[in-house]
Amino acid sequence: MAAPDQYQPHASRDDAAEARYHRRAFLVMMVLFIGAPFVVYPVFVMKALCFALFACAFNLLLGFGGLLSFGHAMFLGMAGYAAAHAAKVWGLPPELAILAGSAASTVLGVVVGLLAIRRQGIYFAMITLALAQMVFFFCLQAPFTGGEDGIQSVPRGRFLGFLDLSNTMVLYYVVLAIFTAGFLLIYRIIHSPFGQVLKAIRENEPRAISLGYRTERYKLAAFVLSAGLAGLAGATKALVFQLASLTDVHWSMSGEVVLMTLLGGMGTIFGPVVGAFAIITMENYLAELGSWFTITQGAIFVVCVLAFRRGIIGELEAWLRKRRGG
Amino acid sequence: MTDDIILETRGLTKEFKGFIAVDRVDLKIRRGTIHALIGPNGAGKTTTFNLLTKFLPATSGTILFNGHDITRENAADVARRGIIRSFQISAVFPNLTVLENVRIALQRSLGTSFHFWKSESSLDTLNDRALALLERVDLRRFAQTHAGELAYGRKRTLEIATTLAMEPELMLLDEPTSGMGHEDVDLVKNLIKDVAKGRTVLMVEHNMGVVSGICDTITVLQRGAVLTEGPYAAVSTNPQVIEAYMGTAEAAHG
Repeated sequence: MAAPDQYQPHASRDDAAEARYHRRAFLVMMVLFIGAPFVVYPVFVMKALCFALFACAFNLLLGFGGLLSFGHAMFLGMAGYAAAHAAKVWGLPPELAILAGSAASTVLGVVVGLLAIRRQGIYFAMITLALAQMVFFFCLQAPFTGGEDGIQSVPRGRFLGFLDLSNTMVLYYVVLAIFTAGFLLIYRIIHSPFGQVLKAIRENEPRAISLGYRTERYKLAAFVLSAGLAGLAGATKALVFQLASLTDVHWSMSGEVVLMTLLGGMGTIFGPVVGAFAIITMENYLAELGSWFTITQGAIFVVCVLAFRRGIIGELEAWLRKRRGG
Repeated sequence: MTDDIILETRGLTKEFKGFIAVDRVDLKIRRGTIHALIGPNGAGKTTTFNLLTKFLPATSGTILFNGHDITRENAADVARRGIIRSFQISAVFPNLTVLENVRIALQRSLGTSFHFWKSESSLDTLNDRALALLERVDLRRFAQTHAGELAYGRKRTLEIATTLAMEPELMLLDEPTSGMGHEDVDLVKNLIKDVAKGRTVLMVEHNMGVVSGICDTITVLQRGAVLTEGPYAAVSTNPQVIEAYMGTAEAAHG
């Protein structure tokens, strides 16, 4: 009925082109990750993959839900402890230990979310920070976490009964598979009916309420999903390093994931992955700088916020869009 | 005839730390009419809107919708009952497309709004309805445009399309023509007249051209209280109203 030119958008968003770009970028990323352990030290890439998943989970909440949590380390760290305890003390196989870790973070996410979601902006960030500090002191004092020592020499075991994780290469591809599954799930969440509502709430919460959405429930759901996925990253990390320690529940870890997400590009699909790899690489190669490293990191953060606020991927995408449009 | 009254307030009052913004307002909105709420700045019009849609809790008084007491309900529940409001500043979702803006309103009816595992393309079944609504407000050709890139007047019409998508029994429009140029004002005026068929509209409006043209009943607020009420001809000749309000209205009109 409508003339074809009426469908032709004015200054349009091209969904098909965007999907094509995401597919291509995803393929490039997968090729790089599959080949990476032959070029780079595999444990380093595994560490970066765990942080990349952590940052993607964080970005789901910040970039698409508009909620800045300053306590996400509690989900990473708590899942690490739970997974390590499950594998070492209960003797669970690695896949169940990882699930146990994620489940612990999901439950923690429900409790923290119910308390924090009632407030917005800086108050939301402060409540998550305060609760994360409480979790930190719990982990410091509770008997099962091993206090300052953490839980060490966590057994890796056999994944699904036949993949021997003591082989580094096998471990690597299992970690890559977990990362990919988490990454794709986040992609799907963002591009789901739920994701649409979440974006609407981020854009204009009063309007979403006036359309009949009980927005706190959606924000809570996003918070719990983000916590569970951050837990997946933390549990996997504990098995890779055979260690769950206080580092992962420390508040500085909550800051680091903010930095990774902002540096890579908040609210983009691939930004947190790029940001995580950039930060972990810097940590590895600038480690000899000692305390100067923290200053370097701070300087990068300031430059990022002042000069390219959209982050590496955000700026790149904006540039590509401009080139295509012009 | 209570059936004729869709929305009624009894002694609706809102106090902010000793300042009474809305003072014992009794409103009766008749079903199927366009009712305007006018008054000088600070008269409590928008506060009344916020009370009616539960964006603010009332200090005292009762709000009845279809004879049902909604005074203690929350904003989302009131919206689900069919009272949908617009906002004084344009309320679109700027980084969603125009089509997606309308679809958000339609989406809840599918019951999949929490389905985070489902593909977005499951929402495409709503596209025809969304496009039809956009057609009605003459925005169809902008369907794939980001709402944030629309001109101001078009944002307001998009808002009306989104509100319509909820099939509201009662539409509350907060200054639908504020900040618009002449052509857009006429467009929106005709649009409101068009969409008001078969439903009830309560609007806050400063533009007397709009109010006199399409509104059946006018309630004048002053300092939070009802000054008078009636059709435009009666209200506009009321000496109290002229003193309190029409001076500025004449200026706005001319």
